Amino acid sequence: MARITAGVASSHVPLLGVASDFNKDRDEYFGPIFAGYDWTREWEKAEKPDVIILVYNDHASAFDMKIIPTFAIGCGERYKSANEGWGPRAVPDVEGHPDLAWHIAQSLVLDEFDMTIINEMDVDHGLTVPLSMMFGKPDAWPCKVVPLAVNVVTYPPPSGNRCWALGEAVRKAVESFPEDLNVQIWGTGGMSHQLQGPRAGLINKEWDNKFLDGLIGDSDHLRRIPHIEYLRETGSEGIEMVMWLVMRGALGKKTRALHRHYHLPCSNTAIGHLVLRPDNGEGLDMTGSDTVTAIAAE
Amino acid sequence: MITEDPKHQDIHEYLAEMEDIPGTRVFTAKRARQGYHMNQFAMSLMKDENRTRFKADERAYMDEWPLTQDQKEAMLARDYNRCLDLGGNVYFLAKLFSTDGIPFAEAVSTMTDMEFPQYREMMMNGGRSPEGVRSIRANEAAAAAKNEDR
Repeated sequence: MARITAGVASSHVPLLGVASDFNKDRDEYFGPIFAGYDWTREWEKAEKPDVIILVYNDHASAFDMKIIPTFAIGCGERYKSANEGWGPRAVPDVEGHPDLAWHIAQSLVLDEFDMTIINEMDVDHGLTVPLSMMFGKPDAWPCKVVPLAVNVVTYPPPSGNRCWALGEAVRKAVESFPEDLNVQIWGTGGMSHQLQGPRAGLINKEWDNKFLDGLIGDSDHLRRIPHIEYLRETGSEGIEMVMWLVMRGALGKKTRALHRHYHLPCSNTAIGHLVLRPDNGEGLDMTGSDTVTAIAAE
Repeated sequence: MITEDPKHQDIHEYLAEMEDIPGTRVFTAKRARQGYHMNQFAMSLMKDENRTRFKADERAYMDEWPLTQDQKEAMLARDYNRCLDLGGNVYFLAKLFSTDGIPFAEAVSTMTDMEFPQYREMMMNGGRSPEGVRSIRANEAAAAAKNEDR
């Protein structure tokens, strides 16, 4: 059967894609940000996931105001990099996994999550920047991707509680897929940032770090944070962090942290990154990557 | 941290709270309706052909859209706070930023009381603190209490 073997959280600031594409990723400004992902890149080489369920939001690229799906799942064969106003990023096409995606979509609908199905779309920095951060600059992405888009632009977005519950249902869906697949789930966006109005530039390091703490271990208190708290404490775009809760919900009751990184600033935004292993006696055989973990810890 | 009980969510309280954050226009349904054509207009600039026509004559291109006079003026002036007030959303307005060829962060800084170099420095120093900008009501209550003390 397919299994969710890890969860990865990461900001998806568009400027990181620019830095990667124009080889600025080791300069004075971006170097410390990308250095925090070096561990993860080595770890991913050992983990060799077959599929990433990538929870992200579209930023007026595939979706305009005509149709606003709260939760949408990509069931297509492949997705091209979107033109966001500066030309499409020169990154490989993203290969989908329609069999798994359709299976998850069906399972979620039967589980009373009324998903929107997407067969064709372009994917923007929300999806491609995390791929660059975790995999660098390969000629082709090393795994398939199931895009899971969440509306966090037009209010109200789904509640944190609903996002967490969706994650739980995604886990159930993955585990009922008959093929043996190593599946990771990534939650992207955040952390604190505000891109609009006189309050733009808001950052809340303390809150962000409490949020990172809360994703580790067996507490589920984060699912009950109301929208207004994200808005007040983390800026108007900090609400993207509800997408991290889809990831967290899919990891079961308990997690342990393998890697953590926090950096200020990247453009207008606080960068947060966390790698989690579900820790519920799954008996995951991750011998290869545990060696990487041990080496990195030395 | 405050906890949420979805069973006792009151939509009116929820929407009132969205308006209680200093210097912030939360993109509520009300704003999404008000700014629908403005955001769709901005989205249209993703097509090279439209962008060329807009650049050649901004007003003439905007006249093809059902925009209000205020919305047109705000966009012509690149007054982004005014655009937000009239229903614009920053991810859509970003199509104007890229049409103008200005970096996102620079466009964002124009909505604050800082010039871009000063804004950039604030970000390098850890960004804007949430202290004192969490709640309009809380700020008003604090100011009233201070007046009473006098």
